Amino acid sequence: MSIEPAGCRDSGYNFAYLNEQTKKMIRRALLKAVAIPGYQVPFASREMPMPYGWGTGGVQVTASILTPEDVLKVIDQGADDTTNAVSIRKFFRRTAGVATTEATAQATVIQTRHRIPERALGPDQILVYQVPIPEPLRFLEPRETETRKMHAFEDYGLMHVKLYEDISQHGHIATTYAYPVKVEGRYVMDPSPTPKFDNPKMDNCAALQLFGAGREKRIYALPPFTSVVSLDFEDHPFQVQAWEHPCELCGARDSYLDEVIIDDKGGRMFVCSDTDYCASRRMAASEAAE
Amino acid sequence: MYVAVKGGERAIDNAHRLLAEKRRGNRSLADITPEQISEQLALGVDRVMSEGSLYDRGLAALAIKQARGDMIEAVFLVRASRTTLARFGYSVAIDTGAMEISRRISATFKDLPGGQVLGPTFDYTHRLLDCGLETDSSPEPAAMAPVSDEATPHVLGLLDKQGLIEPASSGGAQAESEPGDMTRDPLSFPVDRDVRLQMLARGDEGFLLALGYSTQRGYARNHPFAGEIRVGMVEVCFVPEELGFAVCIGDIEITECEMVNQFKGSKSAPPQFTRGYGISFGHCERKAMSMAQVDRALRAGELDEDRTAPAQDEEFVLSHCDNVQATGFVEHLKLPHYVDFQSELELVRRMRREQGADRQEAAE
Repeated sequence: MSIEPAGCRDSGYNFAYLNEQTKKMIRRALLKAVAIPGYQVPFASREMPMPYGWGTGGVQVTASILTPEDVLKVIDQGADDTTNAVSIRKFFRRTAGVATTEATAQATVIQTRHRIPERALGPDQILVYQVPIPEPLRFLEPRETETRKMHAFEDYGLMHVKLYEDISQHGHIATTYAYPVKVEGRYVMDPSPTPKFDNPKMDNCAALQLFGAGREKRIYALPPFTSVVSLDFEDHPFQVQAWEHPCELCGARDSYLDEVIIDDKGGRMFVCSDTDYCASRRMAASEAAE
Repeated sequence: MYVAVKGGERAIDNAHRLLAEKRRGNRSLADITPEQISEQLALGVDRVMSEGSLYDRGLAALAIKQARGDMIEAVFLVRASRTTLARFGYSVAIDTGAMEISRRISATFKDLPGGQVLGPTFDYTHRLLDCGLETDSSPEPAAMAPVSDEATPHVLGLLDKQGLIEPASSGGAQAESEPGDMTRDPLSFPVDRDVRLQMLARGDEGFLLALGYSTQRGYARNHPFAGEIRVGMVEVCFVPEELGFAVCIGDIEITECEMVNQFKGSKSAPPQFTRGYGISFGHCERKAMSMAQVDRALRAGELDEDRTAPAQDEEFVLSHCDNVQATGFVEHLKLPHYVDFQSELELVRRMRREQGADRQEAAE
């Protein structure tokens, strides 16, 4: 795993595309977000050269925190080579000229959509999430004026009722991704549409976690070592997904697996969604074999 | 065998090269220039400037060419470019009363000071395809009236003088203070009319058209009359801090629509007409009219009307009127979601398994 060194950037744009006024505004929102973990801070989100819903929030956060010395990693669905991750990484290579990498351990800033890397993050790393709908209560109450009050009054009864109804109707909490969490015993927060498998990694994480929702104009954050608890009931404790098989490429039993259909006769295989985790395990195995 | 999505980068590059080729089309035909688009597809350029909220004909025309005529994509290109521009300050409010008129009509008075000026309009054309346009068209020069120095006061101003219509207001607690800026401050509901109008002005024409139409069909009916529609050039002036006086920096074309709507009056107000306001860059009449209808509908709270229809629902209308936001989020469904889908698959399989087991137990 190597680092693609910093290159020259397109001088037609300010460093990392956004002008300094805008970065300052976003950094202020970030500071507020870090000071009130899990609270959604409104910010004057800008139009970016990629569509709303394609990571504009994450891109604005990354653009505001990036320094020329940073090493950037971008993943989508856990993989560095999915099309949108490629596109965002190219955007920052062009506008910021920063070094990029696919190796989780080498990155200082990781922008992600839908996954948290399997490898534990360290105190010198920042994880930036792309968030489509930042409001965990949105599908229970569509009005912002209402949900804002519910957060202010810490009125999360509706969410517990929803989870309870899931259990009474399906025998399970039927939320498998974007599974709501409570932050430092105060705000209920949307972890972005990561599978609930990743929720435990958010808790007490050594890295700073920043969440950007561009279209909805909200930023929120988890400072390092913040308590993040997935909502559950005493008799229905929170559980993560488990697979019957290990990854068919690297043999991992502790990672989140993607299902790949390999023929039209029902054949399928399960492989790590985190491509860097899978590749480094395979490399370690082949080195050990030599 | 397992085909990883490796090679995404090369695929993207190739797709974009193909896009460029498709954009060019048949190379035996002349390449279209932004100047031609600006001159001959001018109304498209106007729409892209309005919804892109940037008055720059050249950039809007270039965006239309780059977007292969996809107007929302062109609006998006203009908006993204707008983000990179530094903000110097706010211009002085334009004076549409001093507009150099190219079109001005009122549906409420047969004649009025300044007169009715039809200008370039599709109105009253018979919508018959004109095969003459298939080849080079060189129309006869149009007859032009001499520029009149007669004042063209706003129709609603004339009604206002007689107290028959409510005075114009931003409808908020801070009615007289500086207007807000929806591009610099995140939206926080409820909003005042100034911010609402800003959002509607860059809102999608089709969305506002449908909502405006819905108010005419009984969903928040408010009896609109097109009090006045005017199109023409207005001066934009700016006060540089170091000078302290206004300097005119250019002229822009504007379409303004003022709707006159019924109002029964209330305990505190005598019966009088109410206002709905629409404005756009360039010549976007349909947009300005729809905007005025929706503006009026959204004033339901301020005018003590029951809020029963979608067009009266501020959160609903304003959260969904921006086509750049809407298209991004709808089209993001094209992005991979296989991680989330996998977790749903796992749950559905588990629940089916358990249900199957339940049924078996019941049968035994």
